[in-house]
Amino acid sequence: MLKKFIASLALGVAALGYSGAAFSQAASAPAAEAAPAAAAPATIPAAATPAAAASAAPTPVPNKGDTAWMTVATALVILMTIPGLALFYGGLVRSKNMLSVLMQVMMVFCLIFVLWVVYGYSLAFTASNPFFGTLDKLFLKGMTPDSVAATFSKGVYLPEFTYVAFQGTFAAITTCLIVGAFAERMKFSAVLLFSVLWFTFAYIPISHMVWYWDGPDAITSEKTLETVTAAAGFMWAKGALDFAGGTVVHINAAIAGLVGAFLIGKRVGYGKESMAPHNLPMTMIGASLLWVGWFGFNAGSNLEANGSAALAFLNTTVATAVAALAWSAGEALMRGKASMLGAASGAVAGLVAITPACGYVGIGGGIVIGLAAGLLCLWGVNGLKRLLGADDSLDVFGVHGVGGITGALLTGVFAAPSLGGVGIYNYVTNKGGEWSGIGTQLWIQAQGVFWTIVISGVVAFVAYKIVDLTIGLRVSEEEEREGLDITSHGETAYGK
Amino acid sequence: MKMITAIIKPFKLDEVREALSGIGVQGITVTEVKGFGRQKGHTELYRGAEYVVDFLPKVRIDAAVDESIVDRVIEAIEASARTGKIGDGKIFVMSIEQVVRIRTGETGKDAL
Repeated sequence: MLKKFIASLALGVAALGYSGAAFSQAASAPAAEAAPAAAAPATIPAAATPAAAASAAPTPVPNKGDTAWMTVATALVILMTIPGLALFYGGLVRSKNMLSVLMQVMMVFCLIFVLWVVYGYSLAFTASNPFFGTLDKLFLKGMTPDSVAATFSKGVYLPEFTYVAFQGTFAAITTCLIVGAFAERMKFSAVLLFSVLWFTFAYIPISHMVWYWDGPDAITSEKTLETVTAAAGFMWAKGALDFAGGTVVHINAAIAGLVGAFLIGKRVGYGKESMAPHNLPMTMIGASLLWVGWFGFNAGSNLEANGSAALAFLNTTVATAVAALAWSAGEALMRGKASMLGAASGAVAGLVAITPACGYVGIGGGIVIGLAAGLLCLWGVNGLKRLLGADDSLDVFGVHGVGGITGALLTGVFAAPSLGGVGIYNYVTNKGGEWSGIGTQLWIQAQGVFWTIVISGVVAFVAYKIVDLTIGLRVSEEEEREGLDITSHGETAYGK
Repeated sequence: MKMITAIIKPFKLDEVREALSGIGVQGITVTEVKGFGRQKGHTELYRGAEYVVDFLPKVRIDAAVDESIVDRVIEAIEASARTGKIGDGKIFVMSIEQVVRIRTGETGKDAL
């Protein structure tokens, strides 16, 4: 009873906090739909701009090819979480905890996706300030099958429902990633409560900060560019490049995981007893599903089915393959043998690192990023892990943190046209290929990384503390020894 | 009556079984076990975590036989299970106090 009360209290406080801040600001720029720049879309409150309902042009119709692709991409990202991530993580734990991992991933996915359509999308993807939006689209209020969302091309739209769903899968998988860090010892209810808190106060703001803008149609001149920039997310306005979520997803989740691993403490018997993976074939299946699903994640982040998506797709294959090879080679040199777990981990590391870069860098850049990720993440789960001293059960930080940071920074290097990248698109002149210098961009990327780490880390810390003080983070030692499957869920995975 | 217990390398099971049938042993019990003697284990590596595994998989054969054939049984097992490398295993011989055939109730040597 107390747990449910606390959880609903947390939700209520969150809603109050956000709505209080939102109402204190006048609604500024039109919301994210790409209606013709002159008229405000019909969905925002009439008080904001005059004649809101009377658009100058008829409602734009989404391109069917783009919509079809994005629908598939959304489904692919769902596949990444269930069963991709679930099996990847599940195979890595001991058999007595297999179901607990599958359950945590599946339930967090469901929980976060629902919260996304209730308040997440609204707070992340409407305009208000550089850190979060409003509750104007609570429960997707006002949205119909005819509502549209902007893409990265002027005059090209998606059904807004498609955009909501696509972004929702990102919110869900990011939150699911975290469970790997504290696997095998966290209370199930604590996982759920923490997920709600962190999603609300870290994921939503960071996704707004990195990805929110009014859309390309609003940019017709230097002046309107300034308006759009002023209304955009904090990191977007700085010019941070993050194609599919190196910061928003990977660094974000990794830091939350690392903080959790520190706070919850090491597993009983860590360092003495065997905690070897119980089913590496499952891990490989999971990693493969992650890879295939990631095409939806990366190429889908293009929001259109065109050459840019194709570049993202290709990079997602190449960088990943290079990373898997690099990790395996590194392992063979270090330890004498290349392992299946290493190959699967290397592939995931490559996928993570190419995520922010996929639509911006050329194949050469993709290869370098894959190589760097494969080797640096290998160090991340070995030397760095020992250095940090936390029991990050499934190496969330070693792979997603190190890989995410590597990719985010190298995006700033290899997006440069001189290094085969596409440069930055200028929506005023409607030409791509602009570039202000690797040093400049690298500094911007570093800021994005920095703020993600700070916000995620602080929010995670506070959230864990709240959960610990109300529900308690960890199961008892006896329950941990017996296994979470039987003690938390009343079942065994393999019937023994 | 004697119980002969042999610990052997798993891949030798078929050979040993055939050798025992050849000298008239009617039935055996086989269990999968793990253990070690002088044969060293191996190291498993999972990302940064290294595990030294001392135990090796072995097969245990139990055969209840009449005293008169004990020596021939030992010889048969030895010959078929031997590879000449460390880890071939051991044979133990123990006395049995009583044997009962459940279906008929026969006891003693008639139950072997």
